[in-house]
Amino acid sequence: MAEDKFTAIIVGAGPAGSTAAYVLAKEGHEVLLIEKGAQPGSKNMFGGRMYCHALNRIIPNFWEEAPLERPVAREIITLLDGDQSVSVSCQDLTWTRPPYHSFTLLRAEFDAWLASKAEEAGAMVACNIRVDDLLIDSGRVVGIRAGEDEMLADVVIAADGANSVIAQKAGLAQMFAPHQVATGVKEIIELPPETISQRFQLDGNNGAAQLFVGACTKGMQGGGFLYTNKNSSSLGLVVNAAELQRNQYRLPDLMEDFKTHPHVAPLIEGGRVAEYSAHLIPEAGLAMVPQLYGDGIVVVGDAAGFVLNLGYLVRGMDFAIASGEAAARAVMAAKSQGDFSRQGLGIYRKILKESFVLRDLEFYRRAPEFQENPRLFQTYPRLATAFASRLFTVDGSPPVHLLQKILREIKESRLGLSRLAIDGWRGATWL
Amino acid sequence: MKRERLTIEQLLGVDKFVVDDQEAHIRLNKEHCESCETKPCTFACPAGLFAVKDGAISFDHAGCLECGTCRAVCPKAGTALIWCYPRGGFGIHYRYG
Repeated sequence: MAEDKFTAIIVGAGPAGSTAAYVLAKEGHEVLLIEKGAQPGSKNMFGGRMYCHALNRIIPNFWEEAPLERPVAREIITLLDGDQSVSVSCQDLTWTRPPYHSFTLLRAEFDAWLASKAEEAGAMVACNIRVDDLLIDSGRVVGIRAGEDEMLADVVIAADGANSVIAQKAGLAQMFAPHQVATGVKEIIELPPETISQRFQLDGNNGAAQLFVGACTKGMQGGGFLYTNKNSSSLGLVVNAAELQRNQYRLPDLMEDFKTHPHVAPLIEGGRVAEYSAHLIPEAGLAMVPQLYGDGIVVVGDAAGFVLNLGYLVRGMDFAIASGEAAARAVMAAKSQGDFSRQGLGIYRKILKESFVLRDLEFYRRAPEFQENPRLFQTYPRLATAFASRLFTVDGSPPVHLLQKILREIKESRLGLSRLAIDGWRGATWL
Repeated sequence: MKRERLTIEQLLGVDKFVVDDQEAHIRLNKEHCESCETKPCTFACPAGLFAVKDGAISFDHAGCLECGTCRAVCPKAGTALIWCYPRGGFGIHYRYG
C-alpha cells in the first residue's frame, strides 16, 4: 500500500468530501474518498433543502442530472402556541426557474450521485470503511488507518461530519459543548405528489419549505420544519442539546406531539412513515469552528462547524460544498509549492474568507447568541399568535384600535417595552 | 380528531439497519452511570435506546441512528460513555435521508 501515496485522502463522502474529491480528481490528482456507510449518503440526513449557488459554480446546471425533489417556490414561517398559529408565506416563482434558488432533496440519493461525479472524474471511492485513526509522523498527518490497512497521503481532508472524530484526533477540534449542537429528528412521510401540491398551494412540481417556532419544542431552543419532496414530506424537529440535557422531554414523544398537532397533522394526513432519522447539527457558528488546518490536514463541512441558522433561514449544504471546493484549491496550491505543512495549507482560510463561507459566518457571527434568547421560543410566538387572533376576532365586545390591541398584548406578555426594543434591535442588526 | 402516534419501536421498525452482532460501537461503564443523577441520555436519545431498569442503566446499540446526541449530553462522555461509529458497513442505512 505504502507506494500508493495519494494527494488527498478524504474521510467522509458527504457533500463537502465529495466536492473536494471531485475538484481534485478533475484536475488530475490522485484522490481516495472513504465512506463508512455501504453507499455514500447512507449515513446522512438533513432537514431537506439545498441552496443551489455553491454547487452551480462547480457543476453548472447540475439540476439537469442530479437527483432532486422540488424547486422551492414557497417559504412559510409559522409561529405556534396552543390553539393559535400565525404564518407568513412568501412565494417567488423566479426561484423555480434556472438557475434555481433552492431544491428539496433526499440525501441517500443525492450524496450517492455527488460521490459518483467524483468517481467519474477519477477519484477512488471506497465504501464500508471506517477510518479508525490518523497516521502521524513527527507531528504531521501522513495518512489514515482503517482496521489493518494503512494508507498514505499528502493531505487528509476531514469531512466526517458533525461528530468529527478525525478533527479531534488531529488535535484541531475540542469536544463540543452541549449548547453548541442541536439534535434533528425527521420522518419521511409519503403522500401522492398532487396531494402535497394541493396542501401547499403549489403549481406542478414546485416545492415548499416551512419552519415552525414555539409550542412544537415546548418553548425550548429549536423549531420544527417541513420540506416537500416529490412524493413525500420531510417533517422534523430540531432541539438544542443543552435544552435536551436540562428538560426531561423525550425527543420521539416531542416528534409525535408535533406530528399530531392540529396545525400540522392536516399537512401530512393519510401519509405513511417511510423512515425515521436523526442527526447532530453544529449550531454555534464561529464559536465552534475548529482550527481549520494543521500539518497535512484540513477540515471541511459540518466537521468544521460550517452551518448558519438565522431562525428564518438555515444553511449547511452550500457551506459544505464551498468549503470542500476551497479545501481542494488549498491542497492544489500547497502541492504546487510542495509544502503540505500548516503554513502551506494556510491558504485554505484565505480562500474561505474570499468565498462566502467565512464571510457569511463572520457577518452573522452574533446569530447563534441571538438564538439563545428563550423569549424567541416562548414569549414571542405567544404574543404574535394572541395579537393576530385578536385582530381577526369579532365577538361583540367593545372595539379597540390597533395600537391599543398590540399594547394590551405586550402588557399581558409581561415582556416590557425595553426588552422588546432590545430584542427587536438585536434581531434587526444581528440577523 | 384523534391521530395515530407511533411508538419509537414502530418508528425504528421502518428503518433499515445492518446490526453488528460482534461489536457494540457505544459502550457504557455502568459504575459511572450509577452515580449520574440526571441520566440525560435516557430522554435525549432520539431512538430511546437508554433506559433505567431496576435502578441500573440499560442500553441497546441495535437501533442506534448514530447522531451522537448521547455523546453530546452525557455529563461524563469519554469515561461513562465510550462513543465511536459502527464498523464500516454496519449500523443505520438511510434509504431517504
